[in-house]
Amino acid sequence: MNLFDYIRPASLDEALSAWEPGAAWLGGGTNLVDLMKTGAMAPGKVIDVTRLPGLDGIESLPDGSTRIGALVRNSTLAHDPDFAADFPMVAEAILSGASGQLRNAATVGGNLVQRTRCAYFQDPWSPCNRRDPGTGCAAIGGETHNHAVIGWSDRCIATNPSDFAVPLAALDAVVEVAGPSGQREIAMAAFHHLPGDTPETETALAPGELIVAIRLPAGARAFRANSRYLKVRERTSFAFALASCAASLRIEDGTIAEARFALGAVAAKPWRVAEAEAMLTAQPPGAALFSQAAERALQDAAPSGENAWKIDLARRTATRALALAAAGTPARMPALPASTFGEPAHA
Amino acid sequence: MPDVIMPRFGSNSGQPTTRRDGIAKVTGTATFAADNQPDRMLHAVYAPATIARGRVTALDTEAALAHPGVVAVYTPWNRPPLAGDPDAKPFMFAFRFEALQSDEVRYSNQPVAFVVAESLEAATEGARLLKPQYEAQPARVGLDGNEPFKPKGDAPFGLPRDFEHGDVAAGHAAADQALDATYETAENYHNAMESHCLVAEWKDGKLELDIPTQAVVLTRGAYAYYFGIAPGDITIRSPYLGGGFGSKAIANGPQILAIMAARELGRPVKLMFRRDQMFGPTGHRGATRQRIRIGIDGDARMTVLDHESLATTSSFDDFIEPAAYASQGLYNAGALRSAFEAVRVDTGTPGPVRAPGEASGSAALESAMDEMAEKAGIDPLDFRLRNYAETEPGTGKPYSSKALRECYAEGAKRFGWEGRPLEPRRMQDADGKLVGWGMGTALFGAPMFAAEARATLLPDGTGLIETAAADMGQGAWTALAQIGAYALGLPLDRVEFRSGHSDLPDGGVAGGSGHTATAGGALHAAGGDAVAKLAGIASADPDSPLFGTGNTGVVARDGWLVAEEDDSRRDSFADIIARNGGAAVVGTGKAARPPEDAARHAMYSHGAVFAEVKVDPELFQVRVTRMVGAFAAGRIINPRLAESQLMGGMIWGISFALHEEALFDKRTGRIVNGDFAGYHIPVNADVTGLEVLTVHEDDPYVNPIGVKGVGEIGISGSVGAIANAIWHATGTRVRRFPIRIEDLLAGA
Repeated sequence: MNLFDYIRPASLDEALSAWEPGAAWLGGGTNLVDLMKTGAMAPGKVIDVTRLPGLDGIESLPDGSTRIGALVRNSTLAHDPDFAADFPMVAEAILSGASGQLRNAATVGGNLVQRTRCAYFQDPWSPCNRRDPGTGCAAIGGETHNHAVIGWSDRCIATNPSDFAVPLAALDAVVEVAGPSGQREIAMAAFHHLPGDTPETETALAPGELIVAIRLPAGARAFRANSRYLKVRERTSFAFALASCAASLRIEDGTIAEARFALGAVAAKPWRVAEAEAMLTAQPPGAALFSQAAERALQDAAPSGENAWKIDLARRTATRALALAAAGTPARMPALPASTFGEPAHA
Repeated sequence: MPDVIMPRFGSNSGQPTTRRDGIAKVTGTATFAADNQPDRMLHAVYAPATIARGRVTALDTEAALAHPGVVAVYTPWNRPPLAGDPDAKPFMFAFRFEALQSDEVRYSNQPVAFVVAESLEAATEGARLLKPQYEAQPARVGLDGNEPFKPKGDAPFGLPRDFEHGDVAAGHAAADQALDATYETAENYHNAMESHCLVAEWKDGKLELDIPTQAVVLTRGAYAYYFGIAPGDITIRSPYLGGGFGSKAIANGPQILAIMAARELGRPVKLMFRRDQMFGPTGHRGATRQRIRIGIDGDARMTVLDHESLATTSSFDDFIEPAAYASQGLYNAGALRSAFEAVRVDTGTPGPVRAPGEASGSAALESAMDEMAEKAGIDPLDFRLRNYAETEPGTGKPYSSKALRECYAEGAKRFGWEGRPLEPRRMQDADGKLVGWGMGTALFGAPMFAAEARATLLPDGTGLIETAAADMGQGAWTALAQIGAYALGLPLDRVEFRSGHSDLPDGGVAGGSGHTATAGGALHAAGGDAVAKLAGIASADPDSPLFGTGNTGVVARDGWLVAEEDDSRRDSFADIIARNGGAAVVGTGKAARPPEDAARHAMYSHGAVFAEVKVDPELFQVRVTRMVGAFAAGRIINPRLAESQLMGGMIWGISFALHEEALFDKRTGRIVNGDFAGYHIPVNADVTGLEVLTVHEDDPYVNPIGVKGVGEIGISGSVGAIANAIWHATGTRVRRFPIRIEDLLAGA
C-alpha cells in the first residue's frame, strides 16, 4: 500500500480538524485496511478514531430512544442483553454478518460506511464510477452475481453489503454526525444514496463528517415481539447475503397494526417501500398477504445482468421473513442467527 | 529382506497417536519455511498481469525504484539470464512458466515484473507503482472459449490417453435403457493455507532454500536446471507444510525469480504469495464438461459405460484434468470407454489438485449412476452392487484387495440407508426442510513411487530414522515415525525422526496418495536392515544370550532382540552395541513396487460415501447435515490421522459440490473472486455430522507394509453423494458443479 500519515487524535474536535481531502477515518479497519491492501483506496492520511472518548456507550435517552455510540463494537452491541431484547432483529442481523473475530473488531459507525463488495470496485485495475468517477462501470456486462436488482443505474449496479443497516432502515434509525460545520442528524432512509448519476456519493455524509452515534427511536421497541432478520447466503455462515430481509410487525388482537420491512443485498441501500408496508396494515398475518407485500416491494426490480433470479429469491426471502416475524421473535437468539437453518444440525 | 520384520503391526504402529508436532503447531512454535529470517534478508513481490492475454508495453520502473526501500525491479527487459529455459520441459513435473522471459501475457496474475525491497510493504508498493501498460488481445476463457483438440497422450503426466475395452457400439445397442447426460465442473484454484513461499540464499555459489515442497530431494533437479548448478549444490529445507494438495512439487515463475534476485543482489530473498496471487501461476483444476452414457440390460447390469471429458488447459502447456479415467476400474460394464478432449484458454496451466481426475470424474460418474438407477427404478446402492466388479474391468486383473462390498454394507448400516424412498421429495424434517439422501462410490489408485531411508540403532539403545519426506499437515511424519519405530523394535518416544531436508535419503514425492506406502516402505526396509545387522552381531557374540541364533531367529521388541523360539533368550540393543565396539548400527532401505507386482494386480483404495442434505423448500439454501464415509485402504498405520485425512477429503467434496468456483469475467479473462471472501470454501457451520469408518483390509500384494493411501479418496464419491442427495430432496437434477441456489430456483 501507499505511504500515508497515521494519526490518533484524542478528542472529537482534534479529529475533525485533522481531516483533509483524501483522508480516511479508521475504525475497526475491517474494510478500509482490506481496500488499502488491494489498492482500491489509497488515503494520504488515516485518522484513527478508535480512541475518541465518549463514543462507545449504549444508552437510553429520556425520550425513550436508544443511542449507540459509533465506536461500539458490533459484537458488544449484539450481545448487550437489553439491546438484544429491545431490538432483536438488529442483534440478529449483526450476528449473521462476518465472523466472530471481525465483529469484535468492527465498529457500528464503520459498519454503515463500509464499501460495496462489488469485485470491480475492489479491484483498482477495473473501471469503476464509484471508485474513480467517470471511468465507467466494469460490472455492467460482467460477473453480476452479487449485484443490484433494484435502484441501480447505468453508472453503477453495486449493492450495499451491510446486514446491520437493513433493520436500522426498517426501524427508522437516525444517524448522528459531527463535522466541520457542527453536528446534525440524518435519517437512515436518507443516509445511503442510490447511484444515479453520482455513484461516488455513497452516503449523505459531507466531506469531513464523522458518524458519532446511531439512534433508534422509542417507537422501534414496539416491534420487539415480532421481529426477525433472514439472510440467504451461499454457505451456512461467513458469507454476504444473496438476499436478506428485516421484518417487524406490531400485532394487536391477531391483526397487523403496523409493519416494517426492508430488503438487503438487492440495492445500494436497504430497500424499503412504504406502499408494501401499508398493504400489511390492518390485515391478519398470512402467507398470501406476505407474498403480495414482498411482490409490491420489488415491483420496480429489474436485473442488472444475469441476476434475474435474485428478484425471485428476494421476493421469497421477504415473504419468509414476514412469516417468521409473524410467528414471533424466538425466546433465544438462534444458534445460526438469521439462517433458514435455525439450529445447527449436529448429529 | 530378512524376515525378522514381519508385516504385522502391533506395538506403536496401528495406534491413534496424536501428531508429534501437534503441540508445536498449536502453540505457534513450529517454524514453517517462510518463518526463516536470515540476516540482511530482502522481500520480494511480483507484479501480476491485470490482463489475460497480450503484451506488456510499459512499466514505470522509475516510480517503483524511487519508492523508499525498493532495491531492484526486474522486468522482461532487464531480467538477468537463467541457465534453463522456462519454456522448456526438460524433466518430469516441468511445466512452462513465466519468469520474465518475454513481454507476453499468457494469463491474468502471471508475473510481469518482480520487485525486491527492504520491507514487504515497500516491495508491495513498488509493484503497484509499476502501473503496467498493455497491448491486450481478447481473452479466451471457459469451455466454449476455443476450439477443442485431442490431447496427444504421449507424455506421462497431464496428458490422458483414450481407453476402450470391449465393443462400445454393441454395448450401446444392447441396452434396454440408456442414460445420456452431460455434467460440468468449475475451475478450482489451489489455496493451501500456507501460500507458496520461499527464502533463498546463495553461499559461495551454492543455493540454500527454505521452501515447502512435496518432493524434497527431487525438486533440487528443477532449481539446478534453471540456475546451471549441480543438484548437490542445492540444500532444501522443507519443514512443515501448510498444505500442498499437488501444488508444491512444481516450480513456478515467481519462485525462480526470487532465487535469481537473491543471486543477483547477494542477499537472502523471501517471497510469499498473496492470497489473490494464488489465482494464477500455482496451478488449478481445469474446468470440465463430461458426457456420460450408460446402457443397462433388463437386470440393470451395465452393457456400456461411455465417458467423454472435455477439459480446459492453458494456451501454452498441457495438463488435462483426466476426468474420464474415473470410469475405469470401478464398475463391471460390458464395454468401457474413456475419451479426452481439451480446450486452450487464457489461464495458467492447470495441474494436479487433490484427486486430479478422480474428483471431477467421480462427481459426474456418480451423478450419472444415480440418474441411471432412477431410470431403472432401483435403489442406487443396489444398482452399484449389481455392477460390482470382481476383477478390474477392462484388464480382468484381480484386485490386490477390495473390501468395497464391506464399505457399502458398513457405510449403509451406519448411515441408516435402508428404507430410503426411491422417489425424490418424500422426506421432510420437523422444520419443513426437504431432506434427501444420496450415495457415491469412492475409488483411488494405490500407487508407489521410489524412496530411500536410513535407520540407525544408537549406542544408547535409541533409534534414529531418516528420510526426506514431506508432512503436508496431515501427520505424515508421525505415521512414518510409527512405521520406522516399529521396524526398529523401539517405542515411538525412543526414536528420533529426521525429515524434510535434502541431505537426507530421498523420501520420494508426497503425492498420488502414495507417500506413506513409499517413504514408509523405505523406513520399514531400513529398520529391518538395521535390526538384521544387529542380530548378526549378537549371533556372532559368544557373550550374548543370542549367540548362534543367526540373524533370522530373533525379533526386535521394545529395545531388545528376543529369540523367537525362546523368550528368555534376549539381549538389549545397548548391551549388544556396547560389547561390540560401541558403534551405531546403520541400516538402509529402499522402496518401490516391482513392475511384475503392478502387472499382476489392480491396486485401489475403495470407499462408499452416504450423504444427507437439507434444503429449504422455498429459499433453496442447502446444508449437508450428515455424511458417512466407509473406506478400505489397506493397513491403517494411524487411525486418528487417517480418519482426519479422509474427513478432510469429504469436506473437500462438500466444497467441490457446493462452493468452489473461480468466476471469470468473460470479457477480460480475469478472475473476479480471487480471495476468500469471494472464493468460497466450507466453514465450520457447513460441516456437521461427518463420520468416517475404516474397513479392515489385509493386502498381501500392494507392498510389504500393506499400506494403500488415504490422501485423496475422500473427495471421490462425496461430490456425487451430495448432488444425488440434493436431487433426492428436491427432485431437481443440477448437472453443474458447484450447485448453486439459483440452479435449484430454476428447477422450482
